[in-house]
Amino acid sequence: MLDVRKIREDFPVLSKKVYDGKPLVWLDSAATSQKPRQVIQALVDYYEGYNANVHRGVHALSMESTERYEEARAKVAGFINAAHAESLIWTRNTTEAINVVANSWGEDNIKPGDEILVTALEHHSNLVPWQQVARKHGAKVRILPLTDDHTLDMDAADGMIGPRTRLLAATQASNSIGTIVPVKELAKMARAVGAAVLVDGAQSVPHMPVDVQDIDCDFLAFSGHKMLGPTGIGGLYVKRDVLEQMNPFLTGGEMVLAVSYEDATWNDLPMRFEAGTPNIADAIGLGAAVDYLQELGMENVREHEIALTKYALDAFKELEEELDVYGPKDTEMRGGIVSFHHSDVHPHDLGTVLDRRGIAIRTGHHCAMPMVQSLGVAATARASMYLYNTEEEVDMLVDALKEALRYFRA
Amino acid sequence: MELNRLDDLYRDAILDHRRNPRNHERLTSPDIVGDAINPFCGDEIHLQLNLDGESRISGVGLQGEGCSINLAAGSMLTEVLEGKALNEVGALVGLIRRMMRGDAEAEALLRREGDLSNLSGVRDYPVRIKCALLPLSALTQGIDSYNADGG
Repeated sequence: MLDVRKIREDFPVLSKKVYDGKPLVWLDSAATSQKPRQVIQALVDYYEGYNANVHRGVHALSMESTERYEEARAKVAGFINAAHAESLIWTRNTTEAINVVANSWGEDNIKPGDEILVTALEHHSNLVPWQQVARKHGAKVRILPLTDDHTLDMDAADGMIGPRTRLLAATQASNSIGTIVPVKELAKMARAVGAAVLVDGAQSVPHMPVDVQDIDCDFLAFSGHKMLGPTGIGGLYVKRDVLEQMNPFLTGGEMVLAVSYEDATWNDLPMRFEAGTPNIADAIGLGAAVDYLQELGMENVREHEIALTKYALDAFKELEEELDVYGPKDTEMRGGIVSFHHSDVHPHDLGTVLDRRGIAIRTGHHCAMPMVQSLGVAATARASMYLYNTEEEVDMLVDALKEALRYFRA
Repeated sequence: MELNRLDDLYRDAILDHRRNPRNHERLTSPDIVGDAINPFCGDEIHLQLNLDGESRISGVGLQGEGCSINLAAGSMLTEVLEGKALNEVGALVGLIRRMMRGDAEAEALLRREGDLSNLSGVRDYPVRIKCALLPLSALTQGIDSYNADGG
């Protein structure tokens, strides 16, 4: 079990007061997580102690920064159990990671008549790039549907995955309604027909143990800022043999081996995919975030979130007459996200009332417009929980919701 | 109860317009059509205007999807548009925008324009100001494209 009281002391912003002394209740970690002082300190240490460009200089600071930067890569690669550290390419975030795959692997491998399968749950970042690739190459994007319980319909998936499937691109955990997708089973089905597999891990890597070798995916994309790390750093895992065949998407400095006025040869992996000066400080910061998470243990993080989600779903039963709550009932099949809707009170109005009580939630379509529209609404309110949230905070959310509903009914 | 502080945002007039939106019917053969969408939250406003022979607004229809601020602002706007000359609308839009930026004079002038001055409480909630302004975007877009088509 996690010692949440102790954990909270590591997060300076969680002791912040908003609006005349109300304690901040951060229930928006699916948008971005808060940062522990260990991560903030790693950034300070870098800038104060050894700021220098990597892979270039012969001087002391450059050697130190290169060493720490590559050490961070090895840590983050180890965190998702990649077989080789070179399989991890730094990106800005999940969106950029998926765009690298679309513009590099997709450019060479998607052919007319191919099918790209995505789930109905996808965030725009794992849908729009594939729409673009499909349009350009005469391929087709097909959507794997959900069951009535908002889990992925595995029978339908089994029927749709076939000889035309070239890529299966699936989220492992939905950001809008919390559904967890059994990506390992999906990957097995896709492998059986010779398709490649991409997993969007933006909402899973921060919250549960994720093992790329166990899933057996070709690609895994994730963001550092949702897993206690800084903004502006994320990762793309690519299976070694796939990566060796991929052509770079961005070209220029750092990614080349030798350059003449006429031609260039590519650098070794993973630098081939990291043109220009990289985000050194934030990569090192993400390494510190991974240290923090591994110290707690990802099984423990997941266990805490399952318990807290159960507690929240129970607490929401008091409001079941008034609110529609989305997502699977089975907490083993969902992440720490509670997405809900009231037929008369718009999510933005609920969000504003909660905000004035110090409670931060997200309202809107959560960058998953087709998914949210399929629920028959234009927007939902979403509370998302992480390792630092408590049952007391869930109680405060429910109390504030009751008060808000009374207010708008009056 | 501390939620009473929200009463300056959700004034009775706003809640009333939200519950009973005015001029809600879609006009069947409008002279001017304006639409606005906020891509960040998905809120939508669809506005239709009819003009009489002297370019005065003789009919207004407004349908929307979204939060109470957006829908109430739209409903309030429809009430004051009726009877206005088309060339007076720009001044009205400017006045509302000035009020939302905190201009007290604009707010005082708007007390003569139906319920619109009740939107002034939204100023204290900066992220919600765009909700109140979405109907104005639909109105401006509609009139601009009407004028661009040669009126």
